[in-house]
Parts: sequence; structure tokens; C-alpha cells
Amino acid sequence: MDIFDKYATIIGRHDKVLEAGTDPFAVRVDEMLSATEAMIGGRRTILLGTNNYLGLTFDPTAIDASVEAARRDGTGTTGSRIANGNYAQHQELELELAAFLKRRSCMVFTTGYQANLAMIAGVAGPRDVIFMDSDSHASIYDGCTLSGAKVIRFRHNDPDDLDRRLARSPEGECKLIIVEGLYSILGDTAPLKAFAEVKKKHGAWLMVDEAHSLGVYGGEGRGVAEAQDCEADVDFVVGTFSKSLAAIGGFGAANHPRFDCLRFCSRPYMFTASPSPASIASARASLRRMANDPNLRAAIWNNAERLHAGLRQLGYTVAAAPGPVAAIRLPDEATAVAAWNRLLQLGVYVNLAVPPGTPNGACLLRCSLSAAHAPAQIDEVLGRFERLSQSLRELATA
Amino acid sequence: MVDVTSDKDVAGSDEVFKEVCGLVTRFAPEGMALTPDTELAAQLNIDSVAAMDLVMEIEDHYNIDIPINEIADLRTLGDLAKLVRRHVKG
Repeated sequence: MDIFDKYATIIGRHDKVLEAGTDPFAVRVDEMLSATEAMIGGRRTILLGTNNYLGLTFDPTAIDASVEAARRDGTGTTGSRIANGNYAQHQELELELAAFLKRRSCMVFTTGYQANLAMIAGVAGPRDVIFMDSDSHASIYDGCTLSGAKVIRFRHNDPDDLDRRLARSPEGECKLIIVEGLYSILGDTAPLKAFAEVKKKHGAWLMVDEAHSLGVYGGEGRGVAEAQDCEADVDFVVGTFSKSLAAIGGFGAANHPRFDCLRFCSRPYMFTASPSPASIASARASLRRMANDPNLRAAIWNNAERLHAGLRQLGYTVAAAPGPVAAIRLPDEATAVAAWNRLLQLGVYVNLAVPPGTPNGACLLRCSLSAAHAPAQIDEVLGRFERLSQSLRELATA
Repeated sequence: MVDVTSDKDVAGSDEVFKEVCGLVTRFAPEGMALTPDTELAAQLNIDSVAAMDLVMEIEDHYNIDIPINEIADLRTLGDLAKLVRRHVKG
């Protein structure tokens, strides 16, 4: 027996995707031209699937800070925060993030994925119960598994279903609810205020992953909890540097006075190398820009409204209300793969999202907006989506 | 029409097995006999996410909660019925 036999089905599916053209899960970017354009397969391509929400990957101040940090502190820390990898910059960023988020404490992690692993497996343990939204990101599922807690899944964005499940749960267990602010695949937001009421009713704890909403939602960009005016009821905030902050890393923040015990209790924090000096420096610069430049939020919202309205006008079904993500529903996987390839040929890069990575078996073309997109680029993209419509009609009648 | 064949072993001969079969019927190809040995992934094409969604329907049906930690090892309909029976009995 081959040790990879267990992947035979998924390898077969992947082979079928390859028959349709380019591998959507291994697109090679030959050269980045800007925050919104790249050379892919010899073609100048508009990037509409990078999660670069504020478009800060080429921010000159962030680049300078990053280069300076690499020259000053080196290319890597070669160690964990609990050993030799605890630099002044890590702690400075933690203080700055805590101040921005209006939280007592903040911890920085090496990636956004690890932020969820560290926060969930640090906060919850084998004697606790986690109640997680069914549409949660893989990092949340994996964090739940790592925690050893009992994990109950509730229906997506359904506070009544959560209420019923909490009511069935025995007294005397610590209960942690985990939801996301903005769900990255469909682009819908959580009804956090309603979840907060359920949390209070049952004496549970609430963790919100604002990975895709930080910098985009809320008057000051703190995320969906700020936008819904319920931050005080959120016990733990998780986020990432790899979207709005245009770097690599993640964070967790809380007001709990014992929160910092995770520095010596959470394995994904303790047993991995700390973020590189260059990444921390650019995250700090981007955080300052994000906090002080509300025009970035205005720009991405304008672009979001423009794209969503245009797609709907062209007859596409967009999964959620206008926001930084526009997920276009397609009838099946073969159509989605064909549409994705056609768009790439037309010079537009989006994300292909298919089961089991999507909820309810949805097949999607997932687009994400950036503040750096010019309105003319959005119009150009819409023109190419119009040509895609024609291709899809031809495909349907073939 | 799907044939529910529950007499293959004791685990499959009860009401829970029949009710679980009722919930998975839509995944079964026309004419397939559902037995305790029917494989969820290989024969019914129920992937990991579909299995979790199916368990949610079962939870609603019986007003129980089945932690997802207990779902990972499910292979057959018989395994699923056994898991449900354990939680229904409390």
C-alpha cells in the first residue's frame, strides 16, 4: 500500500482541474508590478484576489522601515520569543497594537494561521468546550483540534442555533465561542452584537477573528466588532498582518489581566521562531498608516461598491452584501474552473474556491478589493467580466 | 429508490440506524442498498465538510450535540449510527 493512497481521490480531482488549463492552486507570479498588477504567464494581470485590502504592500515608508530593520537586526531572529528571538521591535509592536485596539495586552505571532492556533489552544484546554461557527477558517478548526477541548459546531451566523447548543451544554464547563468578523470565502459579516447577547446569557467567553475585517470595518478600522459597537463584549480579538497590514504575522489581544500567561502556556507562541525584523517593521509602519489615513478605508469601500454593483448589473450572483470580498456563485466545479482560466487569460487574477473549502458545496470565483485599485481598473475588470459572461454562455450552449 | 438493509449486524438493526439512513438517502446513488458497512466517503461521496453538516442535521433531529472531535474517525453508516446511539442514550 502506498502511504499517499489516502489522497487518491483528491489527487484525481486536482488532475481534472489541470486538464482545464493553469493550476489555480499554484499560480506563479513572475513579477509584482504594483499592489494591484503583476506579470503572470507573460501577461500583465490585474490582481483581484490578494487580500491586500489597504494596498500597502508597496508603501514607501513601510519598505524603508523593513529594509532598515533588516540591516539593523538581521534577516531572521533564529529563535523563539521565549529564547533568543524576543526583540525590542516585537514588544513595541505589541504595545502599539494594544493601543490601537484599545486592549490591555497584545501578543504577536509569526503568522496569522499560528495566531489562531496559539490563541485557541492557549485559551481553551481539554476540560473546556468550544462553540465554533461552521464556516470558520481552517486555522480555527486546527486551533480547536490542538486545544483538546470538546468542539461543538453551530450553524453559520445563527445566534439562535448557538443559544440552543449552549443551553444543552452542562453547567460548570468554561465555554468559548469563536466567530469571525468577516468570513473570507463568501464575504459576509457576523451578527456580532447578537452573538454577544447569547454569550452574556450563558456566561461564555467570546473570541472574534478580525483577520479580514481589520482596517476595513469600523470608524477607526478595528473591525466588525467596532462597526457593530460591541467591542466591550468581545473577550479575545485575533488578527493577521498578512492582509490590511501587508506583512506576515498575526496577533491576539485581550483585556484579561492574566492574558500574558499565554507567553508561557501557548505552544504555537513558544515553540516557533519569532517574526522577522523586516516583517515586524513594515507591520508597524502600516499600522501607523492604517490608523492615521481614513482615506484608505474610503477608497476600498468605493471600490467595493463599484465592483459589486457592476457584477450584479452583468447578471452575476454575488454571495454577500458589498464589502472587501465579492464571491461570485457558479453552478458547478467544471464551470468555475473554466471561468477562472478564462479570466486569467483575460488578464484578471481571482481566487477559485471549491468544496470542501467552501460552505454548502459552493463553487465560487472569489474577488478581493484593494484601496490601491484605481476606479479605472475596476471598470476594466468589469469589462473583462462582461467578456467572461459571453464565454460562459458559449460554454453552456456547447 | 434506496434500499435500507439493516439486518447485517446488530448495530444496524435499530431505529437509529433507519433514521440515520433516512437522513443520508439523498447522498446515495439510485438503487444503492444502505447497510452498516456502507462507506460514507467512498460510496456516498460525503467529504469531511459534508459529514459535519450531516451530523448537524442529526443533532437537530435528536436535540443532541455531537462534538466534531468524535466525527473524524467515522468510516461507515454503522459507525455513524453507533455514535448517534451513544449520544441519544446520554
